[in-house]
Amino acid sequence: MPQPATTIPIFPPLFAAPLRTLPLAPLSVALSLYARTVAKTHPRLFRRLGEHAHKRYVLDPTDLPFAILLEPNGGAPKVHVTRRAVTGDARIAGSLAALLGMVHGAYDGDALFFSRDLMVEGDTGAALALRNAVDDAELDLSQEAARLSGPLARPLQKIFALAEQRTGVSLSRPEETTAW
Amino acid sequence: MVMEIVCPAGTPAALRAAVKAGAHTVYCGFADETNARNFPGLNFDREEMREGVAFAHSHGSKVLVAINTFPRAGDEAIWHRAVSDAEAAGADAVILADVGLLDYAARYHPGLRRHLSVQAAAANADVINFYAETFGVRRVVLPRVLSVPEIAAINAETEVETEVFVFGGLCVMAEGRCSLSSYATGKSPNMNGVCSPASHVEYHDEGGVLDAKLGGYTIHRVAKDEPAPYPTLCKGCFSAGDKTGHLFEDPVSLNAEHLIPQLKKAGVTALKIEGRQRSRSYVAQVVGNFRAAVDALEAGRPMPEGMLTRLSEGQATTAGAYMKVWR
Ligand code: SF4
Repeated sequence: MPQPATTIPIFPPLFAAPLRTLPLAPLSVALSLYARTVAKTHPRLFRRLGEHAHKRYVLDPTDLPFAILLEPNGGAPKVHVTRRAVTGDARIAGSLAALLGMVHGAYDGDALFFSRDLMVEGDTGAALALRNAVDDAELDLSQEAARLSGPLARPLQKIFALAEQRTGVSLSRPEETTAW
Repeated sequence: MVMEIVCPAGTPAALRAAVKAGAHTVYCGFADETNARNFPGLNFDREEMREGVAFAHSHGSKVLVAINTFPRAGDEAIWHRAVSDAEAAGADAVILADVGLLDYAARYHPGLRRHLSVQAAAANADVINFYAETFGVRRVVLPRVLSVPEIAAINAETEVETEVFVFGGLCVMAEGRCSLSSYATGKSPNMNGVCSPASHVEYHDEGGVLDAKLGGYTIHRVAKDEPAPYPTLCKGCFSAGDKTGHLFEDPVSLNAEHLIPQLKKAGVTALKIEGRQRSRSYVAQVVGNFRAAVDALEAGRPMPEGMLTRLSEGQATTAGAYMKVWR
């Protein structure tokens, strides 16, 4: 049996079910805006993608009833959320917790691959470039979201912290301590 | 003296993570074919290298720049520039494999410390002493084909410092000599800095059964409940004669943590961790573990229990050639 990279929580099916009827167009618009803000604060991420900066990535959280098509578009990213089967140059699939944990540097991508918690299909080079570029960017998605929400930033961060604590899903970058 | 932990960094973020986790030394490379981990999205541009070296130095850590592929005839300038730029960035040493490049570095950058890469496959004291006398090499990274007594015998006959791999992916051939990747993909770690390049790898998952193809050849197929290995040819599953299996080497990774005391006794100076292709999360965990181990050894405390199997290919580890139990 492969050992999980660590215990990776699965999005509770009870909460996933209502997402089947969630209107996806506004979510796509919101996520595109969000991705553009991230792009502004992390221009190196796109430089690091190099020749893969114009590829189409399907990010597939396997415990959610939709997939995300991410087009980095050379630094002006577009995000499209869809329930339909979608093809791209590369598909990266895993539970939401595994995908977010990798983004935040809580989990190692190769270890998730060894333990079969992460699956890559299509253009492996493109998938690897995205993973490495994101790892270097040291993203903190809660912080980026809070930055966008003006006066709601503080309560939002509290909600994220609580959700993180309750679900075990990494919604922010784990603190690094200097050991020596 | 405490044994030096030499840690990988594929990105500036990984370099910072390694330094913060207690790395004495970090090794990294430029984002081109001059280093043996030329993977998409990895490595350092010139500015990142300068910043990385400055960060490491400000925390008391050293940086080694790996320029360890073999220059193409007619294109030597790319490799020469890498050596000059490493020196300009403030690197503490360069890790080289090619004799021409060693000669160039010794002539034109005599003040820049030179280490011999594992890619040079220097596996006996005579050849190591030759590199030291001819090119002023101060440290050699030993290939992963030697047992602990063999390492001790080498150290007894040379003044050159030795560095050995203690953790990470296992390259099982005499390094710099393996042509498996070139055979299947036309690209090799020696010339292009990639073994089994991602551009030639394809995965297919059907009902949980994962197929990995390299350059069109299926090199392994794992069932739903099995751990997935890297798509490297030496760890592929092949049929030969009446046998089917991992004919060269099982898809496991090296962990010589428990051999650290013996390696110290054998005269080894530095312990190297493989994995410039890995994330900052891996780097921080592995470095923390090994730093704790060498500090415990120095202080005469018992070695801490390792927790690294989950991070290992095949989720299983081996002591490799150090214990000589291979097929
Ligand atoms: S095929 Fe295996 S032995 Fe050969 S270079 Fe690649 S990792 Fe090393």
